[in-house]
Amino acid sequence: MATVEELKLRVRELENELIKCKQKQCAVEDAQNQELHRPKIDKMSAEVVDSNPYSRLMALKRMGIVDDYEKIRTFTVAVVGVGGVGSVTAEMLTRCGIGKLLLFDYDKVELANMNRLFFQPHQAGLSKVEAAEHTLRNINPDVSFETHNYNITTMENFAHFMERISHGGLEEGKPVDLLLSCVDNFEARMAINTACNELGQIWMESGVSENAVSGHIQLIIPGETACFACAPPLVVAANIDEKTLKREGVCAASLPTTMGVVAGILVQNVLKYLLKFGTVSYYLGYNAMQDFFPTMAMKANPTCNDRHCRRQQEEYKKKEAERPKVEVVQEEEEAVVHEDNDWGIELVSEVTDAELQAASGTVPDLPEGITVAYTIPAETAPCGDTVEETEQSLEDLMAQMRKL
Amino acid sequence: MADEATRQAVSQIPLLKTHAGPRDRALWPQRLKEEYQALIRFVEQNKGADNDWFRLESNADGTRWTGTCWFIHELLRYEFRLEFDIPVTYPVTAPEVAVPELDGKTAKMYRGGKICLTDHFAPLWARNAPRFGLAHLMALGLGPWLAVEVPDLISKGLVVHKEQQRDAAAE
Repeated sequence: MATVEELKLRVRELENELIKCKQKQCAVEDAQNQELHRPKIDKMSAEVVDSNPYSRLMALKRMGIVDDYEKIRTFTVAVVGVGGVGSVTAEMLTRCGIGKLLLFDYDKVELANMNRLFFQPHQAGLSKVEAAEHTLRNINPDVSFETHNYNITTMENFAHFMERISHGGLEEGKPVDLLLSCVDNFEARMAINTACNELGQIWMESGVSENAVSGHIQLIIPGETACFACAPPLVVAANIDEKTLKREGVCAASLPTTMGVVAGILVQNVLKYLLKFGTVSYYLGYNAMQDFFPTMAMKANPTCNDRHCRRQQEEYKKKEAERPKVEVVQEEEEAVVHEDNDWGIELVSEVTDAELQAASGTVPDLPEGITVAYTIPAETAPCGDTVEETEQSLEDLMAQMRKL
Repeated sequence: MADEATRQAVSQIPLLKTHAGPRDRALWPQRLKEEYQALIRFVEQNKGADNDWFRLESNADGTRWTGTCWFIHELLRYEFRLEFDIPVTYPVTAPEVAVPELDGKTAKMYRGGKICLTDHFAPLWARNAPRFGLAHLMALGLGPWLAVEVPDLISKGLVVHKEQQRDAAAE
């Protein structure tokens, strides 16, 4: 039987051996990386040779699609949420040779993410932004990366997030050119919306439904187009009977296909917006069940709850008034088509009439295939008691709560 | 939507008056007072109805909340720690309540132990913002979640009563 002292010594020996092994492995990896990494490229070349990573992109110029492709290197894009959509979005932008990417995500890579694209099993446990930066830097060392591993919706992080959006451009101190929301929850979208309305930051929203069979992208220009708070969340109707949708025991489903499609239409819109080609979509939906892509444009709501949205609308109006009237581009509004209903068939709701009446508000005029997640009734007087005026201080109340 | 008992309980929670989030330095302290008033009233009501089931307290600026909630199942009390941050967009969006010790035990949870609320919750909160507060979040969000999930977790053996666990260990 070995003594404790002997065992301690043995442990130390083994620890040292482990450190040596690790160092050796790192050295080998570094050497390999050196071999595999291509050097940075100063200027994008249009030369068609096997060794030019940009030849097929620069060909867009020769074909007359894009006027000035090299300009992509001057742009900074912030991607918030590096999950199923965000990671693929970041990869596409990296491969396109974007100037700088800012990545925000608080989450870690998990094996449960492996039904989606981009991340690999050996990255499980790493923060998503760290893992993503590593992979992306390997793909294209010309891109600058800035990563932030935190939740943007909390107080201290939100302030930092706003600071980086307004100062984290390729040239430090300049704002980013575009922000992309690839988050998976309402709170984070609202936080992004708040930040962008305050900063006047143009951004694109993206989303995939929890049942994985529909998605959308939306361009938001504060003051000009509807912000995320201007209307209840828009959803692409999946034309599935809600009753056949089994929710038992799961929060959300996801498919690499739907997420890939949404990332694809998102980055397509980004490229068109930044490099000025084609028509930039204001809203593009994707219904995977019917392969239907509804589009529309929505103006900002003058009674939006976000006061910064209303301020941006005022500023936009002033700017528009100052601008000489040259081009009057009327957004074509699609007519809402109702199918015939000769038999007067209607769905009977599970909620009572009274509930429905109290709970339903007006549905905005939307084209076929797009609807709101829910409606909000016009402002009514609060029914029920409200908190009373109190003489107690906050500290008193906190103490009282603790004593309960 | 929520069952009759929940509706009854919610209707008795006082509504809040001040529309302010944690970034609104001037009005947030007032909102925080109202939050505490509503929470105190709700806990007192629960006690009165012999259905006391949670405690909450916050840090000094009211942005981080921690507490405990408990659930009685077959005469045994199961207690869980709970926590959440007040998002910058509060009260337009509700905080995401987390019960970290149940993380990984149920699919109705997002990472970090954030509970997955039903489809009804988001519209209900949106329609009642900014008058709903944390007491409403407890009553309409965490309460119904525990009522569905905890018995299921116990039946699956994923949640074991602490004393039973101790007894089992002692044997």
